[in-house]
Amino acid sequence: MRAFDELKRLELFFKDDSKHGVSVVDLYELVQHAGNILPRLYLLCTVGSIYIKSKEAPAKEVLKDLVEMCRGVQHPIRGLFLRSYLAQISRDKLPDIGSEYEGDADTVMDAVDFVLQNFTEMNKLWVRMQHQGPGGVREKREKERSELQDLVGKNLHVLSQIEGVDLEMYKETVLPRVLEQVVNCKDDLAQYYLMDCIIQVFPDEYHLQTLETLLGACPQLQPTVDVKTVLSRLMDRLSNYAASSADVLPEFLQVEAFSKLSNAIGKVIEAQLDMPAVGAITLYVSLLTFTLRVHPDRLDHVDQVLGACVKKLSNIPKLEDSRAMKQVVALLSAPLEKYNDIVTALTLSNYPRVMDHLDIGTNKLMAMVIIQSIMKNNSCISTADKVEVLFELIKGLIKDIDGADVDELDEEDFKEEQNSVARLIHMLYNDEPEEMLKIICIVRKHTMVGGPKRLPFTVSSLVFSALRLLRQLQGQEGDIVGEEASMTPNKNFQLLTQIIESLSAVPSPELALRLYLQCAEAANGCDIEHVAYEFFTQAFVLYEEEIADSKAQVTAIHLIIGTLQRMNVFGVENRDTLTHKATGYSARLLKKADQCRAVYACSHLFWVDDQDGIKDGERVLLCLKRALRIANAAQQMANVARGSGGPVSLFVEILNKYIYFFEKGNKQITSSAIQGLIELINTEMQSDSTNPDSVADAFLASTLRYIQFQKQKGGVMGEKFESIKL
Amino acid sequence: MVLVLAIGDLHIPHRAPDLPPKFKSMLVPGKIQHIICTGNLCIKEVHDYFKTLCPDLHITRGEYDEDSHYPENKTLTIGQFKLGICHGHQVIPWGDLDSLAMVQRQLDVDILVTGHTHQFKAYKHEGGVVINPGSATGAFSSFTYDVNPSFVLMDIDGLRVVVYVYELIDGEVKVDKIDFKKTATASAH
Repeated sequence: MRAFDELKRLELFFKDDSKHGVSVVDLYELVQHAGNILPRLYLLCTVGSIYIKSKEAPAKEVLKDLVEMCRGVQHPIRGLFLRSYLAQISRDKLPDIGSEYEGDADTVMDAVDFVLQNFTEMNKLWVRMQHQGPGGVREKREKERSELQDLVGKNLHVLSQIEGVDLEMYKETVLPRVLEQVVNCKDDLAQYYLMDCIIQVFPDEYHLQTLETLLGACPQLQPTVDVKTVLSRLMDRLSNYAASSADVLPEFLQVEAFSKLSNAIGKVIEAQLDMPAVGAITLYVSLLTFTLRVHPDRLDHVDQVLGACVKKLSNIPKLEDSRAMKQVVALLSAPLEKYNDIVTALTLSNYPRVMDHLDIGTNKLMAMVIIQSIMKNNSCISTADKVEVLFELIKGLIKDIDGADVDELDEEDFKEEQNSVARLIHMLYNDEPEEMLKIICIVRKHTMVGGPKRLPFTVSSLVFSALRLLRQLQGQEGDIVGEEASMTPNKNFQLLTQIIESLSAVPSPELALRLYLQCAEAANGCDIEHVAYEFFTQAFVLYEEEIADSKAQVTAIHLIIGTLQRMNVFGVENRDTLTHKATGYSARLLKKADQCRAVYACSHLFWVDDQDGIKDGERVLLCLKRALRIANAAQQMANVARGSGGPVSLFVEILNKYIYFFEKGNKQITSSAIQGLIELINTEMQSDSTNPDSVADAFLASTLRYIQFQKQKGGVMGEKFESIKL
Repeated sequence: MVLVLAIGDLHIPHRAPDLPPKFKSMLVPGKIQHIICTGNLCIKEVHDYFKTLCPDLHITRGEYDEDSHYPENKTLTIGQFKLGICHGHQVIPWGDLDSLAMVQRQLDVDILVTGHTHQFKAYKHEGGVVINPGSATGAFSSFTYDVNPSFVLMDIDGLRVVVYVYELIDGEVKVDKIDFKKTATASAH
């Protein structure tokens, strides 16, 4: 390259006629007498450049002369550099449209001819490098060649810059001749580089219009050429072109770009039988990206590409290449990202077929991708048949597929998977109860075979979905026509029972208990007494037989009491039975403190503030007294066992409950009873002065403050509390 | 000015798939100093999410929570206020304000934050204030057929707390605010 710079100085010298006094024409003649061919030709080119500039001869003639003369150097590397020099100096002297060198006889065609010829010769030289020298240093030679590739490619670049080369000329002359050379040179390095060069250098509109020709060259290339990368890059370019502006899209349709590309890919894959799977799938990914950008509304195209992929995958016994897997995942993810609406992807008939060819791990990965897409886009899937397709797609998550090694799976990952499925269930929704019921039944069908590991995750979501449906039904009461009697609340409750029962296989008694109680409240809302009673029965059975942990029992009994307290559907008998059970179990909890609290909680079972609510003052008091007895017992036990006081705060809690019912108007609770209780507490606290319980102290203080506050209220409340002497 | 987020009863994934997108975009890390959570998240993912919003996270146990080691109730002091947290399924009758007032006296706090009913409440009584931030996801509740997603942001400044409640109604976020002032003598124990 430094030599080129030196030659530039020489050129300047030559140019200045006055310095040497020789005319250009003569100079041109003179230099040809130089001894060695290489310097001779360099000099010739240099002078030729000035010659053209001087306009003493038409540009095309000089150029033609030069390009032919350079044939004299057949040594590959030297020839390449020489012609490169020629290209460099001729660049601004081509008879292009609007250039100063355009004359009557000189046209763009001449310029094109010149460049094409130079290109052709350069390529031949370049290819010849491959066959030079001893056979052992092939890699070295290929490396050398790669370093020089741009010298050859430059010519194409020049061609693209020539103003006069319009679409017509490109189509008729430039491309065919370039492709001719590319194909005929039968050199894989050159073919790959040049195909890529053509694609990068010439405008995308040209490629669209010459698509057939360009693609037609592909099967003719050497089998070792990485055609798929070439095609991928072409499709990527065209995709970007399509994305650049909406105006160009009709062009794509007009030239039937998709079908041409699709056919070309098919041919390439057919021709190269030993192409690895990852290569074929990468091609399909590029094609899919292309159609998603250019014809997003043509779902049949998308399906076609997927179908072709299925065909290819079917021929492979077992796909184990992880890179290929990644590409398949990319293939399947593309429609999801493009359409942002899972429902569209669900209509592609080949989508599930592609998924079937994935190995289990990748299949699950893809299923998670699908679920995440739904969550991210807040999509709602609202028809039963779409739900069916969806659950087929994610079946790897829902159940154990043959051959899957469940133990291998990391616990955290498994939880994440199942929680995703649980969340997904809430994205399935339809306003129409009939359709919604169908959806729930389909989900149930799929999740019930999930096995004991999965059920705890999915059952809850399903139950609450069904409870929501029940409310929908209730809302529509009165609009229901006779034939839709398939969805009576009773049927709904039967369904709920069956679903919750499946938890016994896990087993998950605590969860089942909670769900039964939820159903009881729902039955209460539907005013169906015997169903509500049945659910309570189930809950109690679980409590009796399955829940042994004391802490769990405490929570469970409070849930039962809390639910029961809200029931208004029960008649006296049923209510009595259940209340009796609840108080009985409360008194039998392990720890005294827990017993006490549960029992005074039961007092609320006998007093409901509603209009028609039960208000049995006596039984309330009985409960509170029982709680008091338990608190006393606890106190005594603590004294004996530890020598110090027990939980004084229990007494304060009970005191608060006394006050509560006193306020509500329970005649059985007298102000003297309250006073007595306060004195009792004070006594207990004083006797335990060695171990002051500051928490209980504060609690008592705030309770007394409350009483004081009520006294000062005046009116009816003030009068009531008046009788309590502090 | 100390910002405290009171939030709970999300019931993810059993009753709801996720927080409403409009809420998610409002809850940004670094703006809140404390988070008080009434319980029923229910999974670790939600816990971790809250941790990213604010590292000072206080949670009590709801009956559906996956992690059974959350405490039944908790108290903490923020500025001049003592706050107590309790999910509420332990307090019978559920949602009964007088019974909750008893718990407030028992915990000896100015503000009791509780949940379970999925209904927003801010109730001032003799002993202080009871706040129920409702359900952040609008999860199914046996208490009411009409659950709007909601959460509460408390601005504690000296002896004053401003309670902002954010509710998602018909797709729009509506904000309301309530002022509470504490008398200096109320907490003299």
